Amino acid sequence: MSEISGAPATAPAAATAAAGATALDKTSGAGGPGKTSNTAALKRRRRRTALVGWSFILPNLLGFAALTLVPVVATLLLSFTDWNSYNTPQWIGFDNFRRMWDNDNFWTALSNTSWYAAGHIPLTMAASLGLAVLLNQKLRGVAFFRTAFFFPYITSLVAVAVVWNMLFNPDAGPVNQLLKAVGMAHPPGWTTDTDWALPAVIITSVWRDMGYYMVLYLAGLQAIPAELYEAARVDGAGAWKRFWHVTVPSLRPTTFFVLVMLTVSSFKVFDLVQVMTEGGPGRSTLVLSQLIFREGITQGRFGYSSAISLVLFVIVLIITVTQFRFQRRNER
Amino acid sequence: MKTTALPKDSDSLTAESSRSSDRGIAPAGPRRRGPAGPGRPGGPGRPGRIISRAMLYVVLTVLSAAVLVPFIWMLVSSLKADSEVFTAPIQWIPKSFHWENFADIWTEIPLWTYLGNSLFLSVVITALQVLTGSFAAYGFAKVRFPGRDVVFMAYIATIAVPWQAYMVPQYIIMQKLGLVNTHLSLILLQAFGAFGVFLMRQYYLTIPDEVSEAARLDGLSEYGIWARIVLPLSKPALASLALLTFVNTWNDYMGPFIYLTDNNLWTVQLGLRSFVGMYSSEYAMIMTGSVLSVLPILVVFLLGQRYFVQGIATSGMK
Repeated sequence: MSEISGAPATAPAAATAAAGATALDKTSGAGGPGKTSNTAALKRRRRRTALVGWSFILPNLLGFAALTLVPVVATLLLSFTDWNSYNTPQWIGFDNFRRMWDNDNFWTALSNTSWYAAGHIPLTMAASLGLAVLLNQKLRGVAFFRTAFFFPYITSLVAVAVVWNMLFNPDAGPVNQLLKAVGMAHPPGWTTDTDWALPAVIITSVWRDMGYYMVLYLAGLQAIPAELYEAARVDGAGAWKRFWHVTVPSLRPTTFFVLVMLTVSSFKVFDLVQVMTEGGPGRSTLVLSQLIFREGITQGRFGYSSAISLVLFVIVLIITVTQFRFQRRNER
Repeated sequence: MKTTALPKDSDSLTAESSRSSDRGIAPAGPRRRGPAGPGRPGGPGRPGRIISRAMLYVVLTVLSAAVLVPFIWMLVSSLKADSEVFTAPIQWIPKSFHWENFADIWTEIPLWTYLGNSLFLSVVITALQVLTGSFAAYGFAKVRFPGRDVVFMAYIATIAVPWQAYMVPQYIIMQKLGLVNTHLSLILLQAFGAFGVFLMRQYYLTIPDEVSEAARLDGLSEYGIWARIVLPLSKPALASLALLTFVNTWNDYMGPFIYLTDNNLWTVQLGLRSFVGMYSSEYAMIMTGSVLSVLPILVVFLLGQRYFVQGIATSGMK
């Protein structure tokens, strides 16, 4: 999974050469007696290496295990228990899931989350790829444009949500003024309208995230060998053909990665919705993560909320694994 | 997964030397060497070249203006009176500049406290993440020992698990420890993330094993190798990790939202959100607060955007 075949850079390579030379001197000086070392010494050295290795990862691992690994496993177990702030956990099998099946809020949240993903994933992908292609050239001032497109991504979410809420203001917001100016008599009510709140959130999220994926796509574009384009040009392929027959296939690994990241981030969407609409109006933008938060932390229903968490996790897992399968088949 | 961002990575090792050559927001790749990408219309001197160049500039200018409009609107509104924020048609230049908004906000909400809290959390979490992350990454990348790969798989696996899926058990643990409504809870939760370990390990793998091997033969302990050889070699990656962590922590809303109830502990994000909730019609002041909450990040970003982009491009490489 984590193979890196990039050519070693010059600086460390030089360091290697220099260090290697001194090391060689040392070993050749102390040559002979090393041969007699027996297996016991070897074992001892292995054990020491293991201790050293563990000592490196332990400081991080302790925190990581206690606050990430344990909770992940706990989610799995807790989802089969009845547990809230007042009682002790009791094993109840699939009761939580049955309750979820009959619960309206769950289906609403699942449907909203899916719609969000259905809008967020393709739009962000298209926007970020388009920007990356436009910006992947030698062009004076290209750095400025890249910075401009990337900036929304590092802006704090609260500021983003606050500003967009005002932009989407149904009466006097700039968005609707623009729509009226181009001839739309009754522009949508956006965050105040149950039908338009989710699209408003999606637009904001695409605006915010596209710069991030643009960077990933730019890295991918720069890894495409220029000869491929030259060859296509010699064959008489126009810009459009080159895009579809050279760029798109060459970007497949990047696209796959972007797709997986977008899927995971769409299904866990939480903060943007929480700050922009708080799930409303009504339940029109209630998403799964929000439901988990409300049930688990606000209401203290630990068991039931864990069951929803498990469903969220399984959905993400299934989609990711499917994408992996698909990718692997395409590679063959 | 296949590699997607290889050239950038080998380049980032030499980033120190090529600093001046690549300032822009681009994964410093082989862009300068090869011919440009697909959009490039023919060789130099073609008649259509100038026109398509000009068109490209027009398209890019329009697009970037569209993307930046929310920021411009935010800035303009922050200097208006409340009644002038929503006007038809939009006033892109305020009738009168209300600079006092930027003075009044400090007394309207305890902004100093919020900024201080945000800064404290961001600095502590970043320091811990960088320190423990790079330390662990050395163990994963350069020391061979039984169990290493299993543990690393656990790290990788959790990156794919949405945080929301285990936030409730985390909350229960913090509640049992009595740490809810303390800064310590957020520090503990965010300082030991898998991301830092992953990012640093990816970078260490690009440092040839011979480097540490040679230092080992020279009699340096593993800790010495980490501190004196690997760490100095990985400055660009450390900078990337530090910047990404800092900005993420500064911008984080959910963590503080879930754990901090005491107004004195709130971060800028939480304070701004609550201000919006309480004074929803003070439009101009809300925009003033938004501008002030974005400003520190803008400065940090402009100072270190190269490392930023490299960090993101590296995390996209598996």
